Formats: sequence, structure tokens, C-alpha cells
Amino acid sequence: MIETINIHKTFGDNQVLRGIDAQFKAGKNNLIIGGSGSGKTTLLKCIVGLHKPTEGEVLYNSENFTKMHFVERVPIRKQIGMLFQSSALFDSMSVEDNIIFPLNLFTTMSRAEKIDRANFCLERVNLAGKNKLFPAELSGGMKKRVGIARAISMQPKYLFVDEPNSGLDPKTSILIDDLIAEITQEYQTTTVIVTHDMNSVMGIGDHIIFLHDGKKWWEGTNKEIAHTDNKELNDFVFASKFMQAAREKL
Amino acid sequence: MLYHLGRYILLLRLAFKKPEKFSVYWAEVMREMVSIGIGSLGIVAIISVFIGAVATIQTAFQLVSDFIPKTIVGTITRDSTILEFSPTISALVLAGRVGSSIASQIGTMRVTEQIDALEIMGVNAPGYLISPKVISGVIMIPFLTIISIFLGLVGGYIACAASNEVSPSDYITGLTDGFKVIILQVSMVKATAFGFIITSICAYQGFYTSGGALEVGQSATKGVVYSCIMILFADLVISRIML
Repeated sequence: MIETINIHKTFGDNQVLRGIDAQFKAGKNNLIIGGSGSGKTTLLKCIVGLHKPTEGEVLYNSENFTKMHFVERVPIRKQIGMLFQSSALFDSMSVEDNIIFPLNLFTTMSRAEKIDRANFCLERVNLAGKNKLFPAELSGGMKKRVGIARAISMQPKYLFVDEPNSGLDPKTSILIDDLIAEITQEYQTTTVIVTHDMNSVMGIGDHIIFLHDGKKWWEGTNKEIAHTDNKELNDFVFASKFMQAAREKL
Repeated sequence: MLYHLGRYILLLRLAFKKPEKFSVYWAEVMREMVSIGIGSLGIVAIISVFIGAVATIQTAFQLVSDFIPKTIVGTITRDSTILEFSPTISALVLAGRVGSSIASQIGTMRVTEQIDALEIMGVNAPGYLISPKVISGVIMIPFLTIISIFLGLVGGYIACAASNEVSPSDYITGLTDGFKVIILQVSMVKATAFGFIITSICAYQGFYTSGGALEVGQSATKGVVYSCIMILFADLVISRIML
């Protein structure tokens, strides 16, 4: 489980996060949603240690990650997999090398074992046989899937996903969402997903945190979200006519 | 200025921390050595031959006197090529070729979140990205300078053979006349320092890029400009101290 306690984050005069308390449980798809500039990605980056919170703490299974030094964080980092908004695949490496990169650095596996692991991860994301392609040769959806394959190569306990559906068509978005949900169930990972895609929210949102103006505004499940009377959340979720029509049918 | 200097020193300190796995870093060093060394060989060879030839022609042009032996042209060309032309001009050219490549490569990795991905994995990103480049630069740029010196002197010989100003035999005699090892030592110290300056400054500029494609270009430009200024400054300091 991951816990954030009173997370504040300020950039110069701009206070982005204002005291976020949240818990993200294992085996669940924990979604952080909110409008642009609400602090979703900043919160995610504070949780994974890319940003240092101005105030507050992040706990990984009760271990205070925020206070740890870079070297002390390495054992936890080895249990983290992350899919970035831009996929962040290493351009100079093939798909296979991208996947085995963390294995090269942090395991004593033989070359054959690493290739086996890469093949397994690629099969898991339905990209078997694409080992030798380079990121520039992949479509947006394929890049996301390779990003997921790389994220799961070290069998992570924590999976972080930043805007998994940005730039993808609706069908591919659903494929990616389903894949993340399957992996969460299969490996019982603590999965934290930042999104503003309502299909993801309704489809895989086991636990949803809605951020507004840098604060946690609402918390619940995808079943509860349709019946909330929280005005800001309703304005966000049911902004489109399609969602308004869908709500009336619920 | 002090802020950047402090951040540069801290980045280098991080870059030279103990690697996670030596073999992975070693492979990167080898890759960078090929990229910096073999990749720059062509441009260094071309400029060196021309610089040697021009230095010989201009020296011969200025020393038209019956009281000055023709062999002095070879001696002056040798000393100026070893001491200044090969290390410094090669370094300035390499700042453009190698430095801009390093800054834009690391800068692109920054803006496309590849450096964040390394950090999330628990990899010391400055160590993995910067130390192999600096090590390769410090090793390969002196090698390139040695090749540049040789080709510069060959260029001078070709210029002599192609003109009637100085005979090739006088030129060769001049080259071997009164050679001091300190000249070569100064040249190698300069080349090593320049290798460090080019790779570390450009890596620093790339590593702290923020924004997008425009900022990557700006980082590459800044890296090259600052490297060139620091190369000329280090050239002055090393010459003053060692000669």
C-alpha cells in the first residue's frame, strides 16, 4: 500500500498541491483524476520521487520514502514500474533492449534468461516478435504497450501510469486500460493511474481520487461517481453531452 | 554564474558515483568512444591537413630572408601545430560536432521523460548518461589530437611539395630539429582538459534542459558556445602554467 500524508507542493509562488492525504491499495486500480492544472501529475511525481514535496510524506508499506536518500530508495525503486505519458522509451535501444535494460542493471540473470523475460513481457502486451524494432518504428499504442512491458519486466509491486490514453484512439485506449487492469489483478500491484479519460474512470476505476485546485475534493469508486452531488466533480465528469445523456440512463 | 557553477560541480559529483553495474557502464564507455573517436576522425583529418598546409605556407611567406634558414619553416609549423593548432582548433571543431550531439541527446532524453524513466528505475541518471561521455572524451580527444598533429605535419609536407617556397627535405629537417618533449606534453594536457570541458559542459546543458524541441536546440547552442569559451580560457591557463 502507498500512503500520502499532507502532501504540499509549491513551484515558486504557485501552490500546486495543498495537503493531499490518500491511500492507494494493492490489487486495485487507483485513479487520480481532475482537470488540467489540478495537480494530478505533480502528485504522481511526488509519490514516485521525481518531485520532492514541499511538505508531507509518502509511505510505501509504512516506509517513509520522502525522507530516504537516493541510495536508500533503490530497493523500493526496483519494485516500481512506470508508464509515462510519452512512453519514455529509450530511442537508441530496440524494444527488447528497452525491456531488458532494468534487468541488465539490477539482476544477475543470464542473457538467455533476460531474453526469455523480454519475450514473456512482450507476449503479455500482445507484441510478440517485435523485439528488434526501434521506438521510432512503433505506433503510439505500441509504444504504450512496450512501456508497460518494460514497466512489468522487474515484476513490480507498484505500477504508476501517467495519462495512459493520451493521443490514442478510443479502441486502443480501452485495450491499454484493460491491459493495466489485468496486470493489476494478475500481479496484485498497487496501481496508480493519472487520467482525465472518462472511459478509464468508468471502466477500471476501483478507487478514484478527484483533485480540484490542488486539494483532494472527492474520493470513491466508479460506481459512486455517477451518483455524487459534488458540484465540481459533476462539472468535470459530466462536462460532455454524451456523459450527461449517459447519466440520465443510469 | 555561481549558481550554475555549483550545480555543474554537484552534477559531476553525482556522475562519478559508484556505478550500479560496472559492465553496463563499460559498454556505454566503449560505445561513446566509438562515437566520439571514430565518428570525429573524418572532420579532424580534413581540418588538420588543411591547417598544417596553411600554417606552412604562411610561415614560409613571412620568413623570406637570406639570413633565416628554410628549415625554420618546418620547426615553426611543428611547434605551432603541436602546441596550438591541433589541440585547440580540433577541440573547437569537436565542441561543435561532439558537444552539440551530447547536449541535444541528453536534452531530448530530458524533455521526453527518458531521464525520469531512468530515475524511476533507480538508475543514477547523471552517472549512466554523463560519466561514460566524459571518460570517452578525456580518452579519445587526446588520441584525435595525436592524429591531428600527424596529419597537420603531413599537410605541411604536401604544401612544401606542391610549392617551391620550401623544399620537402628542408621541411623534414626543420621538423626534427630541436624538438622538446614538453611541447607534446603541453599538447596532451590541453587535449585532455578540452575533452573534459566539451563533454561535461555540454552534458550539463543537456541535463538541465526544460521545455521542448526549441529548448533542446538552445541547450546545444549554449553548450557549444560555453565550451568554446572555456576551451580558449583553459588554453591560456595551461600555456601560461606549463610553458
